[in-house]
Amino acid sequence: MLIADSTKFALQAITSHRMRSFLTLLGIAVGIAAVILLTSIGEGVHQFVLAEFTQFGTNVIGVSPGKVKTGGQPPTGIPTTARLLTMEDAKSLKQLPNVTGASPTVWGNSEVESNGRLRRTTIYGVDADFLNVFSSTVQIGSFLPKEGAGSSRALVVLGSKLRNELFGSMNPLGARVRIGGLHFRVIGVLAAKGQFLGIDLDDTAFIPAARALELYNREGLMEIHVSYTEGVSSTTVATAVKNRLKLRHGHEDFTVVTQEDMLKTLSNILNILTMAVGALGGISLLVGAVGIVTIMTISVTERTNEIGLLVALGARRSTILALFLSESVMLAALGGALGLLLGTGLAQLLRLLLPTLPVHTPWNFAVGALVMSAVIGLLAGVLPARSASRLDPIEALRAE
Amino acid sequence: MADSKSLIALKGIERTFYLGDSQVHALRNVNLDINPGEYIAVMGPSGSGKSTLLNLIGLLDRPDVGTYQLEGRDVTTLAPDEQAKVRSERIGFIFQSFHLVPRLSAAANIELPLILAGMSVDERTKRVAQALKEYGLMDRAQHRPNELSGGQRQRVAIARATVQRPAVLLADEPTGNLDRVTGEEVVRLLEALNAQGMTLIVVTHDHALGARAHRQIRMEDGIVLSDITQMPEQAG
Repeated sequence: MLIADSTKFALQAITSHRMRSFLTLLGIAVGIAAVILLTSIGEGVHQFVLAEFTQFGTNVIGVSPGKVKTGGQPPTGIPTTARLLTMEDAKSLKQLPNVTGASPTVWGNSEVESNGRLRRTTIYGVDADFLNVFSSTVQIGSFLPKEGAGSSRALVVLGSKLRNELFGSMNPLGARVRIGGLHFRVIGVLAAKGQFLGIDLDDTAFIPAARALELYNREGLMEIHVSYTEGVSSTTVATAVKNRLKLRHGHEDFTVVTQEDMLKTLSNILNILTMAVGALGGISLLVGAVGIVTIMTISVTERTNEIGLLVALGARRSTILALFLSESVMLAALGGALGLLLGTGLAQLLRLLLPTLPVHTPWNFAVGALVMSAVIGLLAGVLPARSASRLDPIEALRAE
Repeated sequence: MADSKSLIALKGIERTFYLGDSQVHALRNVNLDINPGEYIAVMGPSGSGKSTLLNLIGLLDRPDVGTYQLEGRDVTTLAPDEQAKVRSERIGFIFQSFHLVPRLSAAANIELPLILAGMSVDERTKRVAQALKEYGLMDRAQHRPNELSGGQRQRVAIARATVQRPAVLLADEPTGNLDRVTGEEVVRLLEALNAQGMTLIVVTHDHALGARAHRQIRMEDGIVLSDITQMPEQAG
């Protein structure tokens, strides 16, 4: 029997029970639509979160003191042999090829007082390269100037939120600000950057790293942020950074994490999330598959006579198996196509109604859904089709 | 007994069914030789084994004991797919209740055996058109079975059974669901086919119909009681 013929035969069988076939394929359609809709939302969230992270620029490498990979905290009481990351380390990294900036970073939480107001906020000790590393822009005034380590002046750049809280609409430039016990002079305000995963990036103050070390009474930096030329492979730069620091420290007592690694890990986590919600949609798909098994079983019973006839007319067992299998595959595939339309349609509608909810339909998921529905049809058809192909033709012809 | 020229040669056929604990001997030591072009009526009360005999000749059933040669070839032990091929090419079935596929048009019903045999579309259309013409169903080609009269339905069924030009036509009570006039019409159609050389085996309760055959086989309890070859005679 030719494939075109068995397809036509199966299609005729499906269309001879319009209502019943439609309801059955609707079950699959709802399942596929649910899978597509849920994975669309999952994928949208995925892209949204990644975009949140990449707003700082993706070409950033973080260097932190201590080697985490070699195993945990040093035993208590025994002084650690790890050397601290210093301002000199940061300065040395600035000279590496492809590196566009290396900002020493120290942060803490302090009370900021000025203009008769007091506010507790996050203080970042950085240097001039910070602007580059975190792709921030200055709104008014200027950012911290480039200067040699150890001779940093007591200057402060405010985040836009902090500026509003302390100064309102007044011009803050040149104003004196007390942070902790130290006095600083305001030289600039950064442009608003918004929230990042619930943290207000504008409720901050930036002071020279050397001053921050003094303020928090630290000897070493908390992190060095290295930015590099776009397009250069992150591993090349990471290796160069490692080698330079190893040279300076004698051994690897620091940890280098590229933004790329971090995003990859994050992306993996989010992928699992997307799959999990997709699996929830898969449950309704399973229900749809049960519907196909039911209707195919009924169909085989109803058409017992016809099966006997086909055997008498010279159909092989395998032909009968193929006929019923293609019928259930087609039923499921039609359902899948309908579900695809339904799912993407709903996703688009959702995007129109709730523009803030990130929704994104990945096309490979859509194609996957179609293939999956066909496979479901195949699996759902196996039992009924097998029972059809095993009928005794004499009994089948006699059945009424 | 079996000579190599016979179309169908059955030797020592036994067929037993098990219904629960009881055994039913549907066929007991049946020996039969059928030559090409014969017109045979198989008669007997229900349960006499005549339908089992027909199913066996049509390769829908296998004997427990004995051999069956069709056109000189032993088909008793053929693999199921080989048997399907023999059914497709050499055997035509006609049923009491027609067994037309209700959702297919008359033409599509006639085309069914050709589709199952994997014939090309061109060849199929040609053969179906010819069959429709031969059986006077041209104006009924696109009608579904429920739009056809009983006689027309059985004509479609006969067209379907003969469209592959089989060696033997097996008819199980072909007039059982028809009134006398249409039944007569169908019988004449079958006899015309037999006159063209097609072997015709009819299973029937109807003595009048059985009497028209050139050879009458009477069965009871799975045994061939009598096997008379002669010109039509009124039986019973």
